[in-house]
Amino acid sequence: MSIYLDHNATTPVDGRVLEAMLPYLQDCYGNPSSGHRPGRESQRALQRAREQVAMLVGVQPSQVVFTSGGTEANNLALKGVMALADAGSGLVVSAVEHSSVLQSAYALELTGYELAVADVDDRGVVKAAMFEQALNEGKTSLASVMLANNETGVVQEIARLSEVARSHGVVMHTDAVQALGKMPVDFETLGVAAMSISAHKIYGPKGIGALVMDKGLALQPMLHGGGHEAGLRAGTENLPGIVGFGAAAEILQTELSLRIDHCGQLRRHAEQALQKIPEVVIFSQQAKRLPNTIFFAVQGIEGATLLMSLDRDGIAVSSGSACASGSGEPSHVLQAMGVEEGLAHGAVRVSFGSGNTVEEVDLLISSLQRQIESLLKLNSVWA
Amino acid sequence: MSNKEKVPVYLDYAATTPADPRVAEKMMACLTMDGDFGNPASRSHVFGWKADEDVKQAREYVAALVNADPREIVWTSGATESDNLAIKGVAHFYQKKGKHIITCKTEHKAVLDTCRQLEREGYEVTYLEVENSGLLDMKALEDAIRDDTILISIMHVNNETGVVQDVAAIGELARSKGVVFHCDAAQSAGKVEIDLEKMKVDLMSFSGHKTYGPKGIGALYVRRKPRIRIEAQMHGGGHERGMRSGTLAVHQIVGMGEAFRIAKEEMADESARLLALRERLLNGFSDMEEIYVNGDLSHHVPGILNISFNFVEGESLIMALKDIAVSSGSACTSASLEPSYVLRALGREDELAHSSIRFSLGRFTTEADVDYTIELVRQKVEKLRELSPLWEMYKDGVDLSKVQWAAH
Amino acid sequence: MAYSDKVLDHYENPRNVGSFDKDDNAVGTGMVGAPACGDVMKLQIKVSDEGVIEDAKFKTYGCGSAIASSSLLTEWVKGKTLAQASEIKNTEIAEELALPPVKVHCSVLAEDAIKAAVEDYNSKKGVVAEGS
Repeated sequence: MSIYLDHNATTPVDGRVLEAMLPYLQDCYGNPSSGHRPGRESQRALQRAREQVAMLVGVQPSQVVFTSGGTEANNLALKGVMALADAGSGLVVSAVEHSSVLQSAYALELTGYELAVADVDDRGVVKAAMFEQALNEGKTSLASVMLANNETGVVQEIARLSEVARSHGVVMHTDAVQALGKMPVDFETLGVAAMSISAHKIYGPKGIGALVMDKGLALQPMLHGGGHEAGLRAGTENLPGIVGFGAAAEILQTELSLRIDHCGQLRRHAEQALQKIPEVVIFSQQAKRLPNTIFFAVQGIEGATLLMSLDRDGIAVSSGSACASGSGEPSHVLQAMGVEEGLAHGAVRVSFGSGNTVEEVDLLISSLQRQIESLLKLNSVWA
Repeated sequence: MSNKEKVPVYLDYAATTPADPRVAEKMMACLTMDGDFGNPASRSHVFGWKADEDVKQAREYVAALVNADPREIVWTSGATESDNLAIKGVAHFYQKKGKHIITCKTEHKAVLDTCRQLEREGYEVTYLEVENSGLLDMKALEDAIRDDTILISIMHVNNETGVVQDVAAIGELARSKGVVFHCDAAQSAGKVEIDLEKMKVDLMSFSGHKTYGPKGIGALYVRRKPRIRIEAQMHGGGHERGMRSGTLAVHQIVGMGEAFRIAKEEMADESARLLALRERLLNGFSDMEEIYVNGDLSHHVPGILNISFNFVEGESLIMALKDIAVSSGSACTSASLEPSYVLRALGREDELAHSSIRFSLGRFTTEADVDYTIELVRQKVEKLRELSPLWEMYKDGVDLSKVQWAAH
Repeated sequence: MAYSDKVLDHYENPRNVGSFDKDDNAVGTGMVGAPACGDVMKLQIKVSDEGVIEDAKFKTYGCGSAIASSSLLTEWVKGKTLAQASEIKNTEIAEELALPPVKVHCSVLAEDAIKAAVEDYNSKKGVVAEGS
């Protein structure tokens, strides 16, 4: 039996969410755009899920645009806003963004927009002064900073950055994909104009996400066609996915504080043990972090080797973002934080979920201790 | 309204299909903790590897149905995204070569709207007419090709009429002229034979939910030999060989894979059965006066029958037929009061375009469903014609085309 | 599209469907709309010598709201004088049937139909009176 400690990569679907989805996988299959009864039933389910998601983040249902996931929501926000911006205008993103924001920004840069990247400090926190300075360079139209980082778990001060952006007349977007489900996420409090979220990080299904936006924000759609989602995102709605997202959102609303407490407890327990291993360095520990995430490295040990050894013990963790896994490159997040390359290569991410137990954490720790000991011994033999 | 409403007979398979129970079962095994819920991009543990294996298997099934290489299949969120990716992807990649695109007036909105967007970006688009049969005039297509033409986008099976275009011939022409050919096959996969070894199609869009798979998943075929290049439209982790980023929705992909596997296995039998049902339906109407079949039935997918009932207005007919789920055309335009642009393109005057019903039959349609439909339609059309002043005038021998209608 | 119960009732059980002889001097006929626009309404009234509408019939080619609007109108005009019938406003019909904004044109068509029928009747009377 394996122990799953990679909840930042994806979460299993909650049994209750699956239950809500089941009718829409089978019996209720109407196309929500169809006028007949099966179509209208689907339309009602779509509306209900939109309300559930809207309620979770404190907006009106009409502010929720469903997409195929967080990546599409991020692409839509960046490209959709920039396509309507004046020629020659620019955008600002932080150095530690998810690849879907960074790569969208690079793609925009290639088509002629000015791109400025705001640095982070050695904890991984975006420097507000640097951010403001970046906004001032050129004609900035859009800024995008993630609410919480997928690798380090660092939570940015989005409300403050939004205020800065607003005062410069800049549209502020935040990628809240990783934050949702691990901390309170309220659209109004964050003060952003647009926010990306995804279902499969909150025990909902993969393949569904949303862009939450200000009513007045103008966007050019990325997908053209039948005019679904108020013209902002064409394509027959992924109804089971949307219903699953809605159910996951509703459950999350009542269980968030439980999850925060539970994961926080597991992490405290794990970090106390980890800190006793002298070779272990925990990243961003001095910053405000998501309660479930530990990003660390062991001096003198390759991350890949450690992951392989843990996998042999049936423990599933990762070296960082799933999207970049297999690339062999050290994490761009750690590089931006100025972590030395050797250490960055050793990075391991543990991300807890609501199903994990203290016993599992103990198994992780004992496995780590055993592996570290033998790997270091091996290293010293060869040294 | 009472809660005990009768479940309508579903004859709108062209709008969407229910997932096959075998498909739903496979999907459920990829969702929860005890199933393959992992992220296929996770390279460091067994959860990721299993999910990746599932995706690989599904990719093989989809490729097999259309005789392609699995490496030529790119997952998307649906046929709309596939159409967008193919058309914008080619337009952006090959823009140095030219900025002219050829498509057809009867295409799906996902193609037409994407072309309109490209026009706003400075591309030039030719929208070809079709013949009254719904078929493209090959000579007109050939004449439309210019030196700066980079893309031809023509659908395989029309979603409203069911007419099948001669994709093989279009492919030959496009290849001989060095123009990339994209084909929207959302309505044809699993219903009409597709052999991409033989057909010279460069890009082909597929949908899960039109072939008894799930909604929210599709694929784009991108030919490797000769290699077709497209510019990615969705950026991020570089999934799908960099052509389409975003976490792969494993359960959706597995569902589409299973749906395409079943389609390959059962297509021949199913087509024969659907054709017989469609003939039964048409025969049931054949002695009615003033009905018109839209689209040439000799070049046609088995499951679709589009008929105009003259002197009866379409929306009132749909309302009268509330015990069968049918549509007056594309689901994507069902909210609009405009007559179908597809039927207009077939040369149907507004009145007939206004009075059309698309019956689309599928895997779970029975003879009893068809017989019930025939009886209901006959009865309701008769009732509405009794109500119709136009029918009365027609019966009195008035030539309606000569009447001066008060403008309003 | 969601229809109100009243529209559904008139649509499913339309009142006063049929035709009168349009050449009858006591009959006024109004035909409005065009097939290309998706609605044609034919409304006929039978008027007593005292100028009271004794009976009304209709035929309509159009959507459920158009059928309901004309059906309702035939009920309303019966027993009214020509002057009273001419005063019926489309907004009253739209309100009674709870028509959604995209269907308000159906009630406009109904108002046009009764006006046209009254006009037709009056013009016939005018012609007959002069001739006698």
